[in-house]
Amino acid sequence: MQRLGNFKLPQFFNFPPFFTLQPVKETREKQVQVWKQLLLDYCRSQKIFVIGLEEDFPLFSNPVIERSLSHEAREVFLSALISEGHAEWMDKDHRKCLMLWLRLQEWADYILNFVKDNGLQDGVMTIEEMRSGTETHELAGIDRGLLLRVLRLLEQKGKATIFKGTSADDDGVKFSV
Amino acid sequence: MAANWLPPVSLTASGRPVFLPGEVERCLLPAVDLESENPGLAPFRSGLLVLTSHRLLWIDEQSAAGFAAPLAAVVHAYPPKKSIRSMFASPRIRVQVSVSPDGRIVEDGVRSEVITVVMRGKNDPDAFYCRLLEVLRSRQWEAAVVAEKRNTDSGIAEPPMAAAARVRMPVVGVSGILRKEQELWESTDKSLQEAFQDLNALMSKAKDMVQLAEKMRLKLLSSSSASSNADDEEMGSKQEMQDWLLSVGIVSPVTKESAGALYHQQLSRELADFVKLPLERAGGMIALVDVYCLFNRARGTALISPDDLLQACTLWEKFDVPVMLRKFDSGVMVIQSKARRDEEVFARIASLAQKPDALRTGISPSDAALTLGIAPALAKEHLLTAESKGLLCRDVSPDGFRFFINLFTEIDPSDIYMIKNNGPAHVWSSALSLSG
Repeated sequence: MQRLGNFKLPQFFNFPPFFTLQPVKETREKQVQVWKQLLLDYCRSQKIFVIGLEEDFPLFSNPVIERSLSHEAREVFLSALISEGHAEWMDKDHRKCLMLWLRLQEWADYILNFVKDNGLQDGVMTIEEMRSGTETHELAGIDRGLLLRVLRLLEQKGKATIFKGTSADDDGVKFSV
Repeated sequence: MAANWLPPVSLTASGRPVFLPGEVERCLLPAVDLESENPGLAPFRSGLLVLTSHRLLWIDEQSAAGFAAPLAAVVHAYPPKKSIRSMFASPRIRVQVSVSPDGRIVEDGVRSEVITVVMRGKNDPDAFYCRLLEVLRSRQWEAAVVAEKRNTDSGIAEPPMAAAARVRMPVVGVSGILRKEQELWESTDKSLQEAFQDLNALMSKAKDMVQLAEKMRLKLLSSSSASSNADDEEMGSKQEMQDWLLSVGIVSPVTKESAGALYHQQLSRELADFVKLPLERAGGMIALVDVYCLFNRARGTALISPDDLLQACTLWEKFDVPVMLRKFDSGVMVIQSKARRDEEVFARIASLAQKPDALRTGISPSDAALTLGIAPALAKEHLLTAESKGLLCRDVSPDGFRFFINLFTEIDPSDIYMIKNNGPAHVWSSALSLSG
């Protein structure tokens, strides 16, 4: 099985038509489905939160079969994710895309559960502390901007309170579950 | 020998007749008998008949004897009889001549007798008869008389024809009646000749008409292919022209190239509708001859010709109908439902796309063209159609445009790593692993 880093690629990754945007409706729907899942899975496993459309994102090409996704194809697949809430454009030029294998709300729920499971309520954590830790949980390595957004979301719901520290590293949060 | 009933003719030393001044030979017939209706007069057997402008000469070359009958004495010449009997007998031309009371052939005699010219040799009676009539009509012997008269007279010179008319005096009596009959007959003959001239003229005009129609047809042909943006008026008059050509029996080839004459168009559509049900019953293919029978039987009246049927089927190419005409190598023609035809092609494409090479690198239009045995442009159309049906998917790269068997259908979105055990995906996967 082919790998991209430690990520196991499906066999279809070596199917050349995979990299050509299919014109026929049913075929394209299938193609989009597969790419959506592939993108999310890959980003999740590699903790990739931001995809630059014009950059050499490894998933966008397969040197073995000498194929890569056209710009149009990339936009199509990412737009499909965006419409589901699994991604967001970070700029109006659509050059950077924020990947949300967990939707914002799902992140919020995840954090709350995480806090509950680990008995972290009523304590104060720095953002950094939240982001670090063992690799096995989702929050490890989470994009800082994203985390803040989620925390703000929780704050709006009254589940958390954000504290501004002396430096960015010291920004903290307290959860009231 | 009985007294020869024809006046003699002097011959030259070599046996040629001595001609009168102005006499010209017109026709020679060998092996001719001259018979008189009078049984008492012995016939002249097997001599050379010479028709001149003045006389009818009969020469027996062996005995160097010659006899003549002045054409002036000819009252009437009967055309050769055309009957079954006459086919096997020697042709006979009967000439009525006036005779004097004592039986001599003279001009303006009181009685008449019939001499039969029997052609024993290989002669064309009709040609001789025509020549005889011409000669009789022209009456050249009279010109001689007039010339003589002119010589003796110091009178005004007249044109021979007018003089000839004057010389022909109204005669009473049997010969007068006979002469009138002859004149009537001659004028009828003349008008018939003219009529035939008209017919010749008509034929030549007809040739012109055909040429004109041909030119029009070519013009229609060239303009229809040249201008596709003709305005409605032009198209209307062109359509009229085509219909007119069709009505006079000239099938315009524009019919095949352009939309076609309205009749064929309508017939074509009608046929496409009609043939659907029988096609289904017959499993998608019917011989053209059978369709011809079925269609005409259904029509009852206003039957169509085989050619019409063929034209109608050919027009299907222009319309979007679900049926098509197909010709096999053997020459047999069938009507086939397009869906069936497509299925067949797709089956072949699918099998081509699943060959090991094709699984790895896909198929290009030229590959398909080679395998299907059709032109690359047509092959591409088939491939695109197969793609639209979900049979194939495309691969666009700097290497070009290729088609693969559609494996997207094999992917299970809930587990994109799984490959079904039997199925094209599995075959593909194995093919891939084989090549490394």
